[in-house]
Amino acid sequence: MSDTPHVTGASPRARRPARRRRRAADNGLAYGFLTPAISCFALFSWYPLVRGVILSFQQVNFVSDPEWVGFANFSAIFHDPLFWTAWWNTVKFTGIALAFGYVVPFFLAVVVNEMRHLKGYFRVAVYLPVMLPPLVVVLLWQYFYDPGNGLFNTVLRGLHLPESQWTQSPRMAMVSLVLVSTWANMGTATIMYLAALQNIPGELYEAAELEGANVWQRLWYVTIPHMRFILAVLLMLQIVATMQVFIEPFQLTGTTNPDTITVMVLIYRYAFTVNHDFGMAAAMSVLLFVVLGAFSMAYIRLISREGTRA
Amino acid sequence: MSETRSLFSDAQLRRGRARWVYFVVLTLLTLLFAAAFLFPMYWMVIGSLKEPAELARPIPTWIPESFHPEVYVQAWNELNIGRFFLNTAFYAFGAWLVQLVVDVTAAYALSKLRPVLGNVVLGAMLSTLLLPTAALLVPAYLTISDVPLLHVNLLDTPWALWLPSAANAFNIYILKQFFDQIPDELLDAARMDGAGSLRILVSIVLPLSRPVLAVVSIFAVIAMWKDFLWPLLVLQEPRTQTLSVALSRLSATGRVPLTEVMAGLVIASVPMIAAFLVFQRSILKGLTAGGLKG
Repeated sequence: MSDTPHVTGASPRARRPARRRRRAADNGLAYGFLTPAISCFALFSWYPLVRGVILSFQQVNFVSDPEWVGFANFSAIFHDPLFWTAWWNTVKFTGIALAFGYVVPFFLAVVVNEMRHLKGYFRVAVYLPVMLPPLVVVLLWQYFYDPGNGLFNTVLRGLHLPESQWTQSPRMAMVSLVLVSTWANMGTATIMYLAALQNIPGELYEAAELEGANVWQRLWYVTIPHMRFILAVLLMLQIVATMQVFIEPFQLTGTTNPDTITVMVLIYRYAFTVNHDFGMAAAMSVLLFVVLGAFSMAYIRLISREGTRA
Repeated sequence: MSETRSLFSDAQLRRGRARWVYFVVLTLLTLLFAAAFLFPMYWMVIGSLKEPAELARPIPTWIPESFHPEVYVQAWNELNIGRFFLNTAFYAFGAWLVQLVVDVTAAYALSKLRPVLGNVVLGAMLSTLLLPTAALLVPAYLTISDVPLLHVNLLDTPWALWLPSAANAFNIYILKQFFDQIPDELLDAARMDGAGSLRILVSIVLPLSRPVLAVVSIFAVIAMWKDFLWPLLVLQEPRTQTLSVALSRLSATGRVPLTEVMAGLVIASVPMIAAFLVFQRSILKGLTAGGLKG
């Protein structure tokens, strides 16, 4: 204890440690509140990301310690004929899925937006399949697709049209998977398009009409330019989502079918069925991550650009 | 009511021939939506109620000749659908609770306690939105099977679903956005009265945040109910499985009567459809407000 005379109203020098102590207590408290979340993120997001990259250069078995194998995992998957098949199938799936699930909802939303009745019904109906568990959807469609007496072939037979083998025909299998997936997910895109359409000011259409624009010109010069942002956002989101397709091929055509094996199914196969090789699965995941990361980055740039403009 | 207009104005749609065209399009669209989106659900329900022999006929019946609701009892007991349903409900409830506790406390700290480096933590969390879930599948599975530092195996336990679901940046982001709008003066006044941070969170912040808590809750339950791939990997013990994983396994055996599988599908769908009809406003709003994948 020093015997300096006591000063009321603490000198700056004496106040600072006190404030720092309080700040420290506050920070301690705040990080106390943050601890559960940080632990969850650390264990299940941040660490797995790093570990995934490390794993892709390792040979793992659960008996001895993992050993470094350089690019052996990558070279192993590059030499697997299924690797190229899976990528090609995934790109094909994404392409067809965009044609159905990105373009069709746009026109559907434009037409629904013109309706002056039953708006609520259209919204609920189109979004209902999105609420179903995906596994329910694929099993239901599996039964529709049944070549013998599934609903689709029964209807085609009734109309005297040629029947299809659907998921069991090499030519139709991929389209069949896209149809299921689109049916289950198109509600999301439709609802988002509708929300964007409702934000277009009516005066713009008035003005275009006064200029003598017909309905197609109004669609082209007023509607589409205003939808640019949502069109770009949904394009990115749908590419990222459809490239991760798993449940449709897994349930409808199995994990061994070369006509429909996708990147995610192959990752599953490397890790959990045929190979039991986590290194190969991790290498495949890293490649998928790099490809999808590019699209994700584009998406984030879009969002933040829009944020600064708004 | 002011006249809203889109490509066409109300007046244009009311005039002469346009009016007929409008009603033809409206009728066709109504029927199209009914056929495309509602009919498959109807088919699922009546498929479960038909007699197995009737369901297997090459020419299907549009209305069942005889109704057999007892199939639901059979599926519930013999296929163990009851157990899987309760499992799924339990997992969804737990995911909801864990997500609320973990993500609310984090968002509150970032929004109101503003610690040093808070923005860095938030940025690190938000950056995980960029990660495709698929890329983390294998390492996350290995993490669950042997949690670092603790060295416990969480496979086949509810924690394998709950803990990863709490690492949800989307939740933290929308909760923090909402908390940011609550004036600090309110909190300071309570602090003057001697309330601690936890007390303030529980008695002031949470009661004001009902709308955002509702959105987070609904999405937490829906996500858990719909999930398939992750539960498929981490719940290998049949007793612990979710409805989706169990139905996938049961249908693959090919030994289960189709009517019972159908009944299982209906049982898996009913809670989701009911939730949607009750909360449709919040669900559709949450979807467009986020602009992100929920």
